[in-house]
Amino acid sequence: MIIRGGIVYDPANGIFGEEMDLCIDGGRIVEDAKGEVIDARGLLVMPGGVDAHSHIAGKKMNTGRIMRPDDSRLGTEPRSGVCRPSTGYTVPNCYAMGYRYARMGYTTAFEAATPIIEARHTHEELEEIPILDKGALTLFGNNWEVMECVHDKDIAKLAAYVAWGLRAARGYGIKIVNPGGGEAWGFGSNVKGLYDPVPNFDVTPAEIIHALAEANEMLRLPHSIHLHFNNLGKPGNYTTALETLEALKDIKPSRMRQAVHVTHMQFSAYGGTSWRDFESKAPVIADYINRHNHATMDMGQLLFGAATTMTADAPLEYGNARLTHNKWSNHDIELEESSGVVPMVYSRKMLVNAVQWAIGLELALLTEDPWKVLMTTDSPNGSPFVNYPEVIALLMSKPKRDSEMATLHAELSKRTSLGGIERELDWSEIAIMTRAAPARILGLEDKGHLGFGADGDVSIYNLLPEEVDASKEHATVKKALATAKYTIKSGIVVCKDGKIIATPRGKTYWVDAAAAQADMDRLMVDLQEKFERYYSVQMSNYAVQDVYVTNPKVIKAGIGAEPLKEVA
Amino acid sequence: MRVEDAICSFCGCLCDDINVEVEENKVKRVRHACRLGSSKIMGHERIRSPMVRKDGELKEVSYQEAYERAAEILLAASKPLLYGWASTVCEAQKKGILLAEEVGGVLDSTATVCHGPSVIGIEEKGLPGATLGQVKNRADTIVFWGCNPAEAHPRHSLRYSSNACGRFTSEGRSAKKIIVVDVRETRTSKNADMQVIIQPGTDYEVISALRMLVAGKGDVVPEEVGGVAKKELASLAEMLLAAKFGAVFFGLGITHSRGRYKNIDNALSLVADLNSHTKFVIMPMRGHYNVGGIGQVLAWSSGYPMSVDFTRQAPYFNPGETAACDLLAKADTDAALIIAADPASNFPRKIVEELAKMPIIQIDPYENPTTLLADVVIPSAIAGVEAEGTAYRMDGLALRMRKLVNSSYPSDEQILDGILESVRSLRSSMSLRGGLKDDN
Amino acid sequence: MISGRTLAQGANCESKMSEDFFRAASSCYLSKEDYDCLGLSDGKNILLKNEFGKTVLSPRVDDGLHRGIVFVPMGPWANILIGPDTGGCGTPQFKGVEIDIEATNSPILDIRELFGSIQRAEA
Repeated sequence: MIIRGGIVYDPANGIFGEEMDLCIDGGRIVEDAKGEVIDARGLLVMPGGVDAHSHIAGKKMNTGRIMRPDDSRLGTEPRSGVCRPSTGYTVPNCYAMGYRYARMGYTTAFEAATPIIEARHTHEELEEIPILDKGALTLFGNNWEVMECVHDKDIAKLAAYVAWGLRAARGYGIKIVNPGGGEAWGFGSNVKGLYDPVPNFDVTPAEIIHALAEANEMLRLPHSIHLHFNNLGKPGNYTTALETLEALKDIKPSRMRQAVHVTHMQFSAYGGTSWRDFESKAPVIADYINRHNHATMDMGQLLFGAATTMTADAPLEYGNARLTHNKWSNHDIELEESSGVVPMVYSRKMLVNAVQWAIGLELALLTEDPWKVLMTTDSPNGSPFVNYPEVIALLMSKPKRDSEMATLHAELSKRTSLGGIERELDWSEIAIMTRAAPARILGLEDKGHLGFGADGDVSIYNLLPEEVDASKEHATVKKALATAKYTIKSGIVVCKDGKIIATPRGKTYWVDAAAAQADMDRLMVDLQEKFERYYSVQMSNYAVQDVYVTNPKVIKAGIGAEPLKEVA
Repeated sequence: MRVEDAICSFCGCLCDDINVEVEENKVKRVRHACRLGSSKIMGHERIRSPMVRKDGELKEVSYQEAYERAAEILLAASKPLLYGWASTVCEAQKKGILLAEEVGGVLDSTATVCHGPSVIGIEEKGLPGATLGQVKNRADTIVFWGCNPAEAHPRHSLRYSSNACGRFTSEGRSAKKIIVVDVRETRTSKNADMQVIIQPGTDYEVISALRMLVAGKGDVVPEEVGGVAKKELASLAEMLLAAKFGAVFFGLGITHSRGRYKNIDNALSLVADLNSHTKFVIMPMRGHYNVGGIGQVLAWSSGYPMSVDFTRQAPYFNPGETAACDLLAKADTDAALIIAADPASNFPRKIVEELAKMPIIQIDPYENPTTLLADVVIPSAIAGVEAEGTAYRMDGLALRMRKLVNSSYPSDEQILDGILESVRSLRSSMSLRGGLKDDN
Repeated sequence: MISGRTLAQGANCESKMSEDFFRAASSCYLSKEDYDCLGLSDGKNILLKNEFGKTVLSPRVDDGLHRGIVFVPMGPWANILIGPDTGGCGTPQFKGVEIDIEATNSPILDIRELFGSIQRAEA
């Protein structure tokens, strides 16, 4: 396949809007190829989109679907052509998940949170999502074995457990959610801060995070720890954010990447002492990120309208349910986690929601280096992923932001700096925040760029970047991004002018990390006891079998493994 | 040969510590299973061959002939019902959903005559739940409401609930409070610290009274509710509030009684209320081993967990309209594919009489009353014994069922594949002849 | 009347054409008082009826039941008495069904007799 004459944005390879041809053969970008010619003259061409944090599969997704038939009804599209039927808006069915990402030019998405014991369910859904390449992050932050290793300061055994857990879950990396809080929620409480001990385990959230970061680097995992802070969603929580980032400054990354990725920072950049004097502390957070190089983040942008909040932060969801008097699902997971799901509507008329909306944008616009901040909505927590084009249009257009702000609460301008920010992102920065940076942050060497050997994932939009002024013509930008002219996945045109025309099966990434045998032996003694006494399943029935990952892409890591190739 | 840690395919407990001794491809001995489970694993008299009804009699035919007859029935129908799905694995359920899409039918599971009202209650209020191991390790107070695990889920108490020992429950039964609410004394209530006998059909009122008592508004509660003295309800409310971790398990006693989904709505609200005071979770006691699975697979495929109508190419869900019993009662369906279920036994007689009026395809390992009504009978391997696959436990945990013995019967998944292929080839030959409009 | 699972019914629910299932599911459990009051002690059967139909069962005493409540194992004998209405939620009301009971000398229909009377439409 040859893509002719597009205006290519491939920031990882230093290409910032150059007219050039791209060739794909055998599913990869190559120097020269024959076959189908795609006319992309003058059009915006980027690598396929990569979402590093989205809730796309597993128990909490299905919990959302089951408790929200109202939502399922919203997104109904009949079966037609190569497509199975689609349903849902904030909690789409698996088919819609693949089709809608592909329609926007996205070809890769990573599920944000899976407990090991429930990973089989996550993979059942990932397998059912068409087109996309995917992976799932594995939850470790409230796990008994983790906390016991942390308590014993036994990082080697902890690393062995992480390796074992990733293998059992067919997982991609370490996710930490409100560390310690999920365990405390087992008896209905929470941890209040980074140094508040976890009941019954005599460790603090700070110790859990730090130890997991050390284990992560000991195993040379492709991704860093992926962290959802304590106190998330609470007024005044920016201090917890800064405190946590400070506590990780000494972590030395084992690869050329961040030591910690902070997810949906919007929910952790809150000032004030209550919802009454709630305000943005995004400038303080962005300033910290600008001055330090050990952390990256994603926005977790909130948009007005319907959302479904779903997180392993179960006490937060209980709070959401009490606050909104909405229906509440909770799911505690033996020895490992807790979680919750609550439907939500973010209202333009609510000052708090308006401030939250502004904070996400401020974080992205005040962070100087776009490699440090990814565009996400923590889908479907801040808004479903189908609204990414709205977020991008806001980032590229000051007039759009101004006209939005004019419709919001008069008090808003006192609670946020957004109104004074002149910056408008350009296509290179957008390509970084939605392609190159998520791939680099995740450690996906074949994704997010268009160099030779990269995956043949390309999105072509019906937009002339050299002619369209994104600032003024933000409506054109939004429309073009919502419906790619072509989405090409591994060299196959999967979407043309918004219509899905092919549904190839994507890959599932997981990380197989080696740990020292002696540590693994010590770990097995612990685990045998855990399964005999505490788990409700046998160890032999616990790990995800190969049959659940039919098209795996295994990344080798760990002690003694070949040094990993650095991402471009 | 010995199979260790086999998973039992009877009830929603999915006990996964079963040891099975197999000799010459026959199950000789089952250890650790309850009476229900070992009966299932040991097996019963099987249907020998596929059969098609000719001149009123079921006659043995080849599998291929049965698939083709099934395809004819499904394509001739304007709104076929594909019903059952609870006692088979998810791999078969996925195929069934695809078949329902392709023939434009309604897919419903046995949940609609069991915990269907629970699903509707959850749509109203959400489900504050946990995995069974969480209950095992933490629960000091357990309520069984309208359920009788001693007979329906015999190992539940030992593995997960009343008699289980875990990290914070090392003393087991002796340190727990067990409460049974039912309309009668049961084998379960014999193991209880407190037994509350209510009048049939008063679950809603009794739960409402408890909610008032928990909220400290006992003054509005009358002296007697549902045949229970206020004093007794007050002491029950106190027990609930004194829990460090409480768990409510509920069964068909509450979903099948007057109020149905409203009872569940109220029970879920009670548990949400209790969480303002202490920690509480709630869980339906699912009957068939993988009735949870069909809910999960349907939800991720269609957005809805049961009673999904695919006749308009897009999934549509409206229990009361699209549930099996409603479709049959209103004669709003004109053919049925029944798999891993026995509606002839388990539906109300008047509805069975409607079912009998239309062509029926049955897929099952065993003869049962539905066989007596069926036009096409296709015997299958027993999922979870003769075929492997995925099942979801009552708490939503997915496990992989092992295959214990080989079988000459095809699996449910293979049978559905056979029917799907016949549907596709029949449809293409019909559309070639112009006999049927291809709706794709 | 309430209907539901019993161990014996459950253990035989995959051999429904068997004698064991017949024994397990064609019984009606009632309190000693009701049993005596109906004069059931001399080997009689019990007839259950309501607007939906009638069914003859083998009576058995269950000390766990109060007067006025009978329990019938789930299955085709019990379901004769269950109405088709789902109240808009898909599920018939299988429990808490009002019925009349009396002693009878009529025999209990076996499973084939029970379904033999159903009118089938030929495909």
